[in-house]
Amino acid sequence: MLKLVCPYCGIEADETELVSGGEAHLKREGPDSTDDDFEGYLFLRENPKGVILERWRHAMGCGKWFHVARCTVTQEVFGTYPAQTFKPPPRIMEEIKSRRTGQENGLNSDKAEKFS
Amino acid sequence: MSTRLPTGGRFIDRSKPLNFKFNSRKLKGFEGDTVASALMANDQKVVGRSFKYHRPRGIVASGPEEPNALFTIGKDGEREPNQVGTITELAEGLEVKSQNHWPTLETDIGSMANLGSNLIPAGFYYKTFMAPRQAWKHLFEPAIRQSAGLGQPPTESDVDHYEHFYLHTDILVVGGGVAGLLATRLLAETGLRILLLEQSPNFGGRLVQDHAEFGEGASQDWVNSTLQELSSSKNVTMRLRTSVSGIYDHGFVIADERLPNTSGKSGYLKRRLWKIRTKRIVLATGAIERPLCFAGNDLPGVRLASGVRDYLINYGVSPGDRTAIITNNDDAYRTAIALAEVGLSVPLILDTRMEIRGTLPTRAKNLGLRIEPARGIGEVLGKKTVSGLEMCSQVGEGTSLEKIGCESIAVSGGWSPTVHLWSHCNGKLKWDETKVMFVPDWKHPPIDSHGKQNIFPIGSANGYLQLHEISSQVEQIVRQVAREFDKDLPEIQLPHTREITEDRCYGTWLIPYSMKPKKKMKAWVDYQNDVKVSDIDLAVLEGFESIEHSKRYTTLGMATDQGKTSNVNGIALVSHNLGIPMDKVGTTTFRPPYSPIPLGAIAGSAGKELFKPTRKTPIDAWHVSQNAHWEPVSDWRRPYCYLLEGESVENAVNRETLRVRTTVGMLDATTLGKILVKGKDAAKFLDLIYTNAISTLKPGRCRYGLMCDENGFLMDDGVVARLDETTFLCHTTTGGADHIHGWLEDWLQCEWWDWRVYTANITDQYVQIGVAGPEARNVLDKLGGMDLGEEELPFMSWKKGILGGHEVQVYRISFSGELSFEISVRASEGLELWEKIHEAGQEFSIEPYGTEALHVLRAEKGFIMIGDETDGTIIPQDLGLDWAISKKKDDFLGKRGQQRSYLIDPDRWKLVGLEVLDNDEPLPHGVYAQGETKNEFDHPRMEGRVTSTYYSPILKRPIAMGLVERGTERMGEVLKFNCGNKMVKAKIVSHIAYNTD
Repeated sequence: MLKLVCPYCGIEADETELVSGGEAHLKREGPDSTDDDFEGYLFLRENPKGVILERWRHAMGCGKWFHVARCTVTQEVFGTYPAQTFKPPPRIMEEIKSRRTGQENGLNSDKAEKFS
Repeated sequence: MSTRLPTGGRFIDRSKPLNFKFNSRKLKGFEGDTVASALMANDQKVVGRSFKYHRPRGIVASGPEEPNALFTIGKDGEREPNQVGTITELAEGLEVKSQNHWPTLETDIGSMANLGSNLIPAGFYYKTFMAPRQAWKHLFEPAIRQSAGLGQPPTESDVDHYEHFYLHTDILVVGGGVAGLLATRLLAETGLRILLLEQSPNFGGRLVQDHAEFGEGASQDWVNSTLQELSSSKNVTMRLRTSVSGIYDHGFVIADERLPNTSGKSGYLKRRLWKIRTKRIVLATGAIERPLCFAGNDLPGVRLASGVRDYLINYGVSPGDRTAIITNNDDAYRTAIALAEVGLSVPLILDTRMEIRGTLPTRAKNLGLRIEPARGIGEVLGKKTVSGLEMCSQVGEGTSLEKIGCESIAVSGGWSPTVHLWSHCNGKLKWDETKVMFVPDWKHPPIDSHGKQNIFPIGSANGYLQLHEISSQVEQIVRQVAREFDKDLPEIQLPHTREITEDRCYGTWLIPYSMKPKKKMKAWVDYQNDVKVSDIDLAVLEGFESIEHSKRYTTLGMATDQGKTSNVNGIALVSHNLGIPMDKVGTTTFRPPYSPIPLGAIAGSAGKELFKPTRKTPIDAWHVSQNAHWEPVSDWRRPYCYLLEGESVENAVNRETLRVRTTVGMLDATTLGKILVKGKDAAKFLDLIYTNAISTLKPGRCRYGLMCDENGFLMDDGVVARLDETTFLCHTTTGGADHIHGWLEDWLQCEWWDWRVYTANITDQYVQIGVAGPEARNVLDKLGGMDLGEEELPFMSWKKGILGGHEVQVYRISFSGELSFEISVRASEGLELWEKIHEAGQEFSIEPYGTEALHVLRAEKGFIMIGDETDGTIIPQDLGLDWAISKKKDDFLGKRGQQRSYLIDPDRWKLVGLEVLDNDEPLPHGVYAQGETKNEFDHPRMEGRVTSTYYSPILKRPIAMGLVERGTERMGEVLKFNCGNKMVKAKIVSHIAYNTD
């Protein structure tokens, strides 16, 4: 059972206080989008064996959404950050890099490049 | 016979005898006994029947690893099935019943399966029940249900209590044996918060019965002084009878505490479930002895050598006058020596090893015991219990060399570290060839959220079985743990002990080595699930080579004991069969719980009425007084209808429906979701949330709005009222309130986070009262204070005012087609206003109406209901709600989704009304219209389904709505609905049945 630090209220929240919301940093595709782009937005999700950037809501606490960098294999947490951003802050990327030197269980290379 | 010795038994108090009952036998034990030790003291050899073959089974072990001694304990509301006798403490008047036999424990008809246990080999179920299908239903399932299974589930509500307990700690030490106690004592000095949990009722583990001396003197003295020291440490918490059942991510631990019934009365606090968060875990869980696989090894009287020793020393129970020993290691000699020292006969020690040189065998030899090296057991003699054994050469096929008479056989196949908890969170194991055991692989430990090792096994759990190795080993690891908290352990005098040379254990997996196939069918690996050596052979032969496959095929280790005694033997047999090393076979996945936890403990205090608290409106007590017939609506309870004396539910609904149509009715609409949306950008935001335009709404006006998800599917509906330029009140469905509030927040926080919009779920803050019917205005006018006339308050508008002395908002909206007002008032004044309206309405024969009348009224008018007309795959266009979808807005949630080809297909099912032609019965809920043609699977093609169906008392006929393929283009067509036993014809009509203007 995970324990994540809510970046708003600063408390170490137990998983029972949280609700997960899937992959973070999705770009919403509106009425003018192509079928492919819309499909990607609506249905296609990353399911990595490794580090994922994902959404969580402190639902039974302050009610705020935040983002988490977590390893799906080891449950390691590389940090949490507010949801009002298009990419993870540098400290998160650095933390991932420092603990995932090889490619194994790391952040998907497209993402790593996009967010670095 | 097994019996209580005149002296001895360090756990029992002979001055406190206890009476208990086993089946119909009245027996005596002592305080401190377990159910198992007391049964053994009373010579109860057969304690249960095996799962598959109904073989007679006796007690094998002395701890939670026990596979056979499962009992139903207690009676009536206290009854608990499948309790493990070796860890259940005896209490005065305890009723113990054996399980899984018919008709009696002594004579079980099911044991005919004995005659041919080869009739039910591995994979029997899979092979037999392939076909024919009917045979499963009528023949196999009833037969298996009769014969298989363990205890019967209780039929009465549990009278005892359970609770949950939450704790944060720095370090959790699991296991209060010598390693756990020593670790706790060392860590106590650091000042860190330490929690020590021991599963049994006594600290000390195996120290005292296995070793006379430790540290300065007697080992019991060391245990006592250590406990005394710890009990005065403020930072140390210790608990007995608390079994750690699982370790989860990020240092979360579940432990199950069994509380003794000190009052002796029923209805006591029976279990406490601990939910622990800990930074580090020190694992001192010890090791579990393995049995050996030889023919007849499941006969009552065959026990683990350590168990025999425990019963003798801890409970003063003799396993029988003559105990033969079979072993592949030195440790079992402790049992032989202990038996001989109290004067019991040990006719023979069979040691499968060639050479025997250790300190303990030498001591046994000096006591005059007969030791036979390189020998095994060809077969155990005896029908229901052990009467002797045939000695054979270990390397041969099992030819009998000599028959030896004995009532008891003590077995030791070596020890397996209790690594379950290490493995729960991905800690890996490695096979240690010299120690013949799986040990924790420190290169692949379980880790915490920072990627650091968080579980530290010590002592036997770490593979160190020798007492003289313990102290330095524990100190070294515990020092490492303390350093992670920036603490240094003080230099203290570690307790030491004289070294005893123990020769290494040899992995002897089959006894004898070339066991004949017939004998393999009598050699058990997993006692509880009846898995034999022959089953594993067969599984491998049939290609189930992966241990995860052979485990499932044979059900090895899948019983309630989770294979504590059988797993390693099973893995070794697979390895032996395939000729590949143990490491390559690997282990199956260890999963929580380590020992079973009762469901009551998991529920804790959240049982009965607290299981799911019911939400009640402030008017609830009034509904009760009016004989409400309830309906659960999400977490709320709402009146379905109000029953007059002697009235049927059906008649009540009809009466309430007609009351609204003819005079006036009132409805408690408090449960409807009410979400306040406020801010500079609120209108812009709601334009994106709703399919229709909200920004064009004028303050003081209301609009019915639809919310879709990004797929375009209709999610929720309700009336939006614009309170002022920047404030909106959004009504949602009862069940949708929390979800929709979360939905709005998601978009505000994660997509349009720079917009100035705030939301609040104020559902609980207001009582909402619906007053509907031709006389509605007249009733409210009597209360006075507000002009609710057509001019002042036209349809789809709202206003604030004082009504009957209460500050209210009145919404002129209607879900019934009648003149209707919804009055919103502070929750605290809700009941008062409700009663005033009810009082004022008396001259108009006002009556309260429930949710079912509400449904009938809305269905008569063709209004849709979320969850009836929608199911998460329906778009508003399917329901003829195109008028509520803005064509002018560039964007709203769901707009892009609704453009997808499948959703603009003209063949989609559309909402229509359905008029039953043949009779006066409403169509059943959810029935399908069957077309004339067949689909690709050669089944009749379905062309529609019923979504709402009621009897309309005003129309005096059934009405229904449904979704029908191209339905709106097919008015007047007749459909056939498949109602199970008959086809019912219904005509497609307008979805508005009543007052179509």
